[in-house]
Amino acid sequence: MTITTMPTARPEREAGAVSLRGKLQDALPKIVLAPSFAAVLVFVYGFILWTIYLSFTNSKTFPSYVLTDSRAYQRLWTWTFQSDPPSSWYTSITNLGIFGVLYIGVCLALGLLLAILLDQKIRGEGVLRPIYLYPMALSFIVTGVAWKWFLDPGLGLERTLHEWGFTSFHFDWIKNKDRVIYTVVIAGVWQASGFVMAMFLAGLRGIDGEILKAAQIDGATPVATYRRIVIPMLRPIFLSAFIVLAHMAIKSYDLVVALTSGGPGGSAWLPSNFMYEYTFKRNEMAVGSASAVIMLMTITAIIVPYLYSELRETNR
Amino acid sequence: MRTIVKAVAGALLASTAMVAGASAQTKEVQMLHWWTSGGEAAALNVLKQDLAKEGYGWKDVPVAGGGGDAAMTALKAMVAAGNYPTASQMLGYTVLDYAAAGVMGDLTETAKKEGWDKSVPAPLQKFAVYKGKWVAAPVNVHSVNWLWINKAVMDKIGGTQPKTFDEFIALLDKAKAAGVIPLALGGQNWQEATMFDSIVLSTGGPEFYKKAMNDLDESALKSDTMKKSFDNLAKLKPYVDPNFSGRDWNLATAMVIKGDALVQVMGDWAKGEFVAAKKQPGTDYLCYRFPGTDGSVIYNSDMFGMFNVPADRKAAQVALATATLSKSFQSAFNVVKGSVPARTDVPDTDFDACGKKGIADLKAANEKGTLFGSLAQGYGAPPAVANAYKDVVTKFVHDQIKTSDEAVKQLVAAINDAK
Amino acid sequence: MSAAATTRTGGGSSLANRIVIYGLLLLFALVYLIPLFVMLVTSFKSMDEIQSGNMLALPQSPSFDAWARAWGETCVGLTCAGIKGYFWNSIKMVVPAVLISTILGSLNGYVLTKWRFRGHKLVFGLMLFACFIPFQAVLLPMATILGALGRFGADLESATGWNWGFGNPTVNLVIVHVIYGLGFTTLFFRNYYEAFPTELIRAAQVDGASFFQIFRRILLPNSAPIFVVTVIYQFTNIWNDFLFASAYAGSGDVMPMTVALNNVVNTSTGVVEYNVNMAAAIIAALPTLLVYVVAGRYFVRGLMAGAVKG
Repeated sequence: MTITTMPTARPEREAGAVSLRGKLQDALPKIVLAPSFAAVLVFVYGFILWTIYLSFTNSKTFPSYVLTDSRAYQRLWTWTFQSDPPSSWYTSITNLGIFGVLYIGVCLALGLLLAILLDQKIRGEGVLRPIYLYPMALSFIVTGVAWKWFLDPGLGLERTLHEWGFTSFHFDWIKNKDRVIYTVVIAGVWQASGFVMAMFLAGLRGIDGEILKAAQIDGATPVATYRRIVIPMLRPIFLSAFIVLAHMAIKSYDLVVALTSGGPGGSAWLPSNFMYEYTFKRNEMAVGSASAVIMLMTITAIIVPYLYSELRETNR
Repeated sequence: MRTIVKAVAGALLASTAMVAGASAQTKEVQMLHWWTSGGEAAALNVLKQDLAKEGYGWKDVPVAGGGGDAAMTALKAMVAAGNYPTASQMLGYTVLDYAAAGVMGDLTETAKKEGWDKSVPAPLQKFAVYKGKWVAAPVNVHSVNWLWINKAVMDKIGGTQPKTFDEFIALLDKAKAAGVIPLALGGQNWQEATMFDSIVLSTGGPEFYKKAMNDLDESALKSDTMKKSFDNLAKLKPYVDPNFSGRDWNLATAMVIKGDALVQVMGDWAKGEFVAAKKQPGTDYLCYRFPGTDGSVIYNSDMFGMFNVPADRKAAQVALATATLSKSFQSAFNVVKGSVPARTDVPDTDFDACGKKGIADLKAANEKGTLFGSLAQGYGAPPAVANAYKDVVTKFVHDQIKTSDEAVKQLVAAINDAK
Repeated sequence: MSAAATTRTGGGSSLANRIVIYGLLLLFALVYLIPLFVMLVTSFKSMDEIQSGNMLALPQSPSFDAWARAWGETCVGLTCAGIKGYFWNSIKMVVPAVLISTILGSLNGYVLTKWRFRGHKLVFGLMLFACFIPFQAVLLPMATILGALGRFGADLESATGWNWGFGNPTVNLVIVHVIYGLGFTTLFFRNYYEAFPTELIRAAQVDGASFFQIFRRILLPNSAPIFVVTVIYQFTNIWNDFLFASAYAGSGDVMPMTVALNNVVNTSTGVVEYNVNMAAAIIAALPTLLVYVVAGRYFVRGLMAGAVKG
């Protein structure tokens, strides 16, 4: 991180002259930020507290505000270690591990690759860009069906290849309880990688061309320029992309439902499915809330150290 | 920048300008439901027109998805916000939950006047009446213990109606020998559990079904009969094609319609698919009760839960409830929907052969006391228990639970945990 | 904005390089198009053909019936007039929500990078973490608050004759989407402006430019790419939101497009018309696709240093 180092942006105030107008000018940035911050405090952190509170009640169909005990957490705790047969919670969290890592990793890699390729003064960029992006635009309740057919051995790819004579081709992951989560990854990457591409492309377009020219004059090869100069400069974009992908991974609900209907024996569940099922379908709101709290704690454990290192880095 | 600000202000004004008078009209029913497309919507439209004749408008709040899950989520949000609809489509225990929360209205007077106590089967009243007060109007009765058979395939393999579970297996064997997929199944948890409801009734008989699946009696749940039910479920697995997992129910029905498969075990909504494909009962397809369940009916029912609306909206609500349970609507609606009327005194003249059988079966089962709620469809136990049951059945079907012993153990544990 | 981009690294390299680059781009484009192909092909088939066969096969006798039905005939609840009428419901909700959240995000990003104050990192961290709150968990408390706002609106209406937008389902959705979009928009702009040379801001300050002048004259002209990204993100998410839309604006007259589409597609026990569903899904996505194409044109390289000189 040597390239992006820059002086701390802290405009100095003029000494003396502390007029009312000056004070207002000083406070202006905070005034601009305040409404957003206040809204977030109330509608996010306030509601998180509400959720934590509910998780210690015995709320069922409706919220109940009488604190009872931590039975919801005890049940989740038991389910966490129940792997044979796997409890829904066990399936959800192990799936999130597989799905989260693959989905975020592949999307980042593919998005960056596509952005770099598109940034090579490509003819027809205006046609290609929407092609990579369009999966985001379509509602997954319907594209889920298209994917489901395509991956179904009896309807889609496998059948087509068999009709073309490749009878040894076999692809039935969507029907296989141990593989179905990978089909969710495939559809998820298809949907989100285009947007990651757009984020990296914006980042690339924001880089000062002079820096690249200088590198070229110094005789750096294209690969080296990207590896040593461009990609490090995209670091803040990686953070944005990571946050967006992590949030999508955690909230991927309709992806699983539309593509797999939960998978064979519920083997494709993710925690968001669990949360929705227990809160709204099974009328066990306390368990749903407790699972939300556990998810938020897990996210905190992963994100906060990352944020801490990122934010400390940029303000040297 | 300035243009952007202008655009925002303009858009905001535009959206607020057309707000005035968003409050509920008194000559109007506001109806939340999930019958949003094709035949279902057409069936409900009959009700809308009946109300229009009496001068009541219809404010439609349709939210489809997940067999009513999305609508129930929306309903919870509406109730939390204090905006009660006039009525909402609801299932079984949900009605009782809302009634216990004190948000349901009281239709007892209307019920008395219209004689619902006598005409609506007693098991249904358990869900429509809360602490002596009518809070919901049942629209229909679906029953789930049906076989849907392609007649051409049946003739080809020389099959006859199976009367027992063993005969059913023999029939499936014949189909297999003839190279047809014997059993069309969609491997989603509710479809598997719906089929298992019938298997339990067939294996254990009416009394056992009631004890295990409605009363949740632990000795019944862990009995050898329940174990045998799981054995029977396991026996059916080899007759399913390898691609069954995740398949939608209507695609499984399509397999029977096209003759790719011999039979599907499904509720009577499957008939709608046959009707849409212009097939005739008796000549193109056959409807039999699941072998060994003749004389009993496993039901689920759509209800219109009536909310505690302000006095000025009450008249519209009463009109809606009355129209819903009128004989003419019950007949017109259920002919289209594939289900049977929720009152037993509706003439069956407009129904096809399968519908007539359904009506007769319902009446007989009601009189004999063999009309039971479907656990898979949420009429056997509250949603927490019903879904725990579906979990176990689907894990058994997909080999995550490997033996019947283990399945029974898991079932008892899961139901106790969810109670 | 001049597209005077600098030569890319290794630009103008050998023909072989270009072939590899174009080859890869086209290959990916083809793979990405497969599901769209399945949907298009299906939308032109008859139901019989769909049920009888291969999902990837071309239609034997292509027909626009399904498109016509999706546009003007299919049932969305009890109103059977297709999905065409629901565009306006969505647009009047999406446009204000996207604009407000994007502008607030860019201002927040500007403050958090160029006008830092004690605790700015904590503020940013808290706003960023807010992105992760599960919407299922906020659905009910938010509904309670919106319900209270609605009652306040009713009081206002009896006092002033107009409810000032309180309790209006469309306004409610705008409020909700602005609040839960802020985390993302702030994140995007903050991370983009992070790399923006602070020297330029300082120079402008020395010249006596005010907070908003600097924002308008220096940052905004250089923010096109990140505006594109943010608008794409917000537009897509808000347009496609189903959870909030169905819970807060489910009734037929205010229902956004996604809820309407869902009502067409998600029948519970009725016959599923896949060809109509596919056509409806594509029609419903057209505005978003249009945004991608139009906004994409502003994906040009920022001017950076040039902005101040010019």
